[in-house]
Amino acid sequence: MRLWGVMGMNKKSIIWILVALLGAFALAGIALHRGESINALWLITAAVCIYAIAYRFYAAWIAAKVLTIDATRATPAERLDNGRDFMPTNRWVVFGHHFAAIAGPGPLVGPTLAAQFGYLPGTLWILIGAVLGGAVQDMVTLFFSMRRNGRSLGQMARDEIGAIGGTAALIGTFMIMIILIAVLGLVVVNAMKHSPWATSTVAATIPIAMLVGIYMRNIRPGRVLEASALGVALLLLSVFAGGWIDHQESLRVLFDHDGLPLAYAIIVYGFAAAVLPVWLLLAPRDYLSTFVKLGTVFLLAIAILLLRPEIRMPAVTQFVDGTGPIFGGKLFPFVFITIACGAISGFHALISSGTTPKLLANERDIRMIGYGGMLLESFVAMMAMIAATVLEPGIYFAINSPPGVVGKEAVDAIAKINSWGFAVTVEQMQQLASDMGEQSLFARIGGAPSLAVGMASIFGTAFGKGMLAIWYHFAIMFEAIFILTTLDAGTRVGRFMLQDLLGNFNKTLGETSYTPSVILTSAIVVASWGYFLYIGVIDPNGGVNILWPLFGIANQMLAAIALSVATGILVKSGKLRYAWVTGLPLVWLVTITTTAAFQKIFSEDIRIGFFAAANDLSAKLAAGALPADKAAIAPQLIFNQHLDAYLTLFFVSVLWVVILDMLWMCVRHLNGKPVPKLSEAPHEPSRLVEDWVRD
Amino acid sequence: MLQTLLKKVRHVWHCVRRLSGDDAYEQYLKHYAAFHANTLDAPPVLSRKAFYQLWQDKKWQGVKRCC
Repeated sequence: MRLWGVMGMNKKSIIWILVALLGAFALAGIALHRGESINALWLITAAVCIYAIAYRFYAAWIAAKVLTIDATRATPAERLDNGRDFMPTNRWVVFGHHFAAIAGPGPLVGPTLAAQFGYLPGTLWILIGAVLGGAVQDMVTLFFSMRRNGRSLGQMARDEIGAIGGTAALIGTFMIMIILIAVLGLVVVNAMKHSPWATSTVAATIPIAMLVGIYMRNIRPGRVLEASALGVALLLLSVFAGGWIDHQESLRVLFDHDGLPLAYAIIVYGFAAAVLPVWLLLAPRDYLSTFVKLGTVFLLAIAILLLRPEIRMPAVTQFVDGTGPIFGGKLFPFVFITIACGAISGFHALISSGTTPKLLANERDIRMIGYGGMLLESFVAMMAMIAATVLEPGIYFAINSPPGVVGKEAVDAIAKINSWGFAVTVEQMQQLASDMGEQSLFARIGGAPSLAVGMASIFGTAFGKGMLAIWYHFAIMFEAIFILTTLDAGTRVGRFMLQDLLGNFNKTLGETSYTPSVILTSAIVVASWGYFLYIGVIDPNGGVNILWPLFGIANQMLAAIALSVATGILVKSGKLRYAWVTGLPLVWLVTITTTAAFQKIFSEDIRIGFFAAANDLSAKLAAGALPADKAAIAPQLIFNQHLDAYLTLFFVSVLWVVILDMLWMCVRHLNGKPVPKLSEAPHEPSRLVEDWVRD
Repeated sequence: MLQTLLKKVRHVWHCVRRLSGDDAYEQYLKHYAAFHANTLDAPPVLSRKAFYQLWQDKKWQGVKRCC
């Protein structure tokens, strides 16, 4: 002991040095590895060590020095305790709520798509982006909102920067919601296309959710756990029932559909979910999705640890040059735009400035909940990356490449994929499809099916190979149930925002319970995302190629707005020297979103530039070079490419307006000119005893 | 040994109930007893069903789920 003392170290320091060395070793192993394959355990080890170091040192430093957290200061939960939304709550419970709210399908889909660049670029960004960007954003937004009685991001932007910033944040949120729902709808449609098993299982989740809703509302009011247990059991049953339906010739035709009818079904469903009372569909579905999500993520982590699968994808593929089949565009900036939620998600800022800050019992908890919550989300993204890259690359590309790129026929697709240097055969794909209980796995774009194949092969090897088809459809059900939850919740939020907006012009239209207004606003929101979903389905290039980058740009733009607000507040609070903590990730996000938007608008490459694609299609249409079926949809596709270009332009313009507004405010402040006052709630000492937390 | 294990299990169960909102009504009754029971203008205490309906409708205002 004395010896350690002399050296100025203790046991703890030694342990942290070891963690740092192990992390550095694992990371170097991943980055420098050039062989046939690498074990997934390397990725897990690097991730866990980096998270641990970042949490222990960087997050603690931000809490102590940058935010100067005050454990003796009463939180809004304590001061405004009303037993409902404001309530001091055990930090593990808050963590659970917060994580369940931020963890959506984004971190599963993004890494799966970004795996086309190889496992290395995406993995590095998931780690670095989360530690230096995403987790910081979540934590500081949570802190600033907590110091302002749980005010929302939009309100904080308005109070601290000015009216322009606030309005921009609001519009940004609405737009992201529309694009997000469309792309998620597309992911589900592609998972259900001509798959009676998947379609019937996903369809069964609707009556199951309703049953659970009625149980919780009327049969046994408030018995949430009972009802959820019943629902989860029924969901598992529905996976098996789907397999049975798939084998009944008379029943399977009922669930065997093209993309378009499925898209219409989702649109009708989305409208119903937005208009029906929450207790009937949305709330019970949310319970089920949360339990299934947490259970599956946990199971996947255990399976990966047990199995330690080899990663088959190369570290870096040739598609970093921008010719990737899944989406066009070079590594920079598109890997960052594509990973999105697993590294930085602007959407989290809305949760961090919503329910969570109203529950914190102590300011100290924000490190664990804000920073720690995002680290766990990043870990989920890491597992999705592993699940995508343990597949043979040939299989991965066969599942994820749209017919517009590799050709409609299996033989053509295989020839094309082989020409890229990835081995795969038609027989192999047929065998895989029949193992998974599907007719075909070609061109199942959107990420969900390839993730499900990856998960099924991991689960199948770890817990019994005979049930691959069950595992595959379980994974599809798992993805679909919380994609649909996001779709329901998003449509409803969009409806509320629109009603709020209309309320400025007409009081009655603003009332959330006024039926004509509910129907009108729901119809507008559903029609908006329904349009993008429709175009995505008819687009021979698959739609994901267009919609996911658009979503990524919008999401990263919202993150940049949140970081702008945080940077502005830091400067105003006299912490200019620490402003880089949010300023650096902000500069990076602005760089990638602006570059990506610029390329999406102006690139000459028809797989990247919207205008280039529209012009190319117009020229072909005018020359009569298109087959009849393509010529019929060409005008719609051309219109959509133009629309997407203007939408992208709008996104970056909004972003730059907010940033310039924030910089202008900072310059004025630093020159001693008047700026909007800090809107922090005054200090009140906490009456909760130091080490006593209500649980 | 068994005692501590039992205590741990009970604590986890407690957290699960709190997280899911299974014990929201009990929390409400506690809050009511602490803050409202002895005041003159206190609203009448809600039934389990009425409370649950109010709690659930309120819970779904605003952004609740992310991407």
